[in-house]
Amino acid sequence: MMRHPRRLASALTATALFMTPMLAGAVEPDEMVPDARLEARAQSISKELRCVVCQNQNIDDSAAPLARDMRLIVRERLSAGDTDAQAKAYLVARYGNFVLLRPPFQPNTWALWLGPLVILAAAGSALAFAARSGAADPEDLLPNEDEDLI
Amino acid sequence: MSMSKKAMIAAAVAPLLLFAGLAATLALGLQKDPSTLPSVLIGKPAPRFSLGPVRTGDSGFSSADINGRVALINVWGSWCGACKIEHPYLVELAAQGAPIYGVDWQDDPADGADTLKKMGDPYIKVGNDQAGRASLDLGVTGAPETFVIDKHGQVRFKQIGPITPQVWQATLQPLVARLEAER
Repeated sequence: MMRHPRRLASALTATALFMTPMLAGAVEPDEMVPDARLEARAQSISKELRCVVCQNQNIDDSAAPLARDMRLIVRERLSAGDTDAQAKAYLVARYGNFVLLRPPFQPNTWALWLGPLVILAAAGSALAFAARSGAADPEDLLPNEDEDLI
Repeated sequence: MSMSKKAMIAAAVAPLLLFAGLAATLALGLQKDPSTLPSVLIGKPAPRFSLGPVRTGDSGFSSADINGRVALINVWGSWCGACKIEHPYLVELAAQGAPIYGVDWQDDPADGADTLKKMGDPYIKVGNDQAGRASLDLGVTGAPETFVIDKHGQVRFKQIGPITPQVWQATLQPLVARLEAER
């Protein structure tokens, strides 16, 4: 019994050790650029770019060779003086908007961005309408609901 | 109360209709294969590149080599399992005169050369792209992928996955014949 807390502690430590590299992403030291601010920009851009091989990962997290190539390109573009948007556009020109994990707001994605708001507004007003007419007319209730009220 | 009866029917039917609509939309989505991305390069000029050799003592492959020609650019690698499946068929097509060029992607040139020695060499020209830059410019997402380039250097089609006899006969061969007939 006495040994349980210790066992738990070592299990937690092992888990933490195991998790650390995951939290740090898949960026290898030899990929990083010396300029810390540029490296930070590169990592935040990488988190917004989809690994096109392992599609539900961003390239900062992915260990795929293609993700590595894409990370290197991002750093190369930034070092060459690109803005964040230009660096992303460079990859969009090759892989399309699909490479962006956050789709841009443009005509063919209006439904995607606004659809949920429209549905929410429609549902909200339908609910408000139903509540108002329902309160005014108790006969709208189903017979058993009527009984519940009594 | 005919009004409330109507409302009740509407309230009962509306969720069902919504559900049916949603189910139909999702069912359509399931038919799509998310691993095959349409190429954004279709109808655009193929990228320029200059790749070093795979075969020893060879000049490699650069984009200028296909100027004015219809070309199939096949992206492969010695590490790629699916490429081994299509390789014998590529050798067969090359023997029939298909204009196949190769990009050996993310591969050690020696390993690429070894594969060509063992499995046959279908390529008119083949270059090594260990750094992956040319393949990235082509928007490659995996191997094998084959790009069909027209006489004006424009990308006209991207085949994702192995070229099988069916893919060749149904898609690539007619396309190549059509592009050859273009001016």
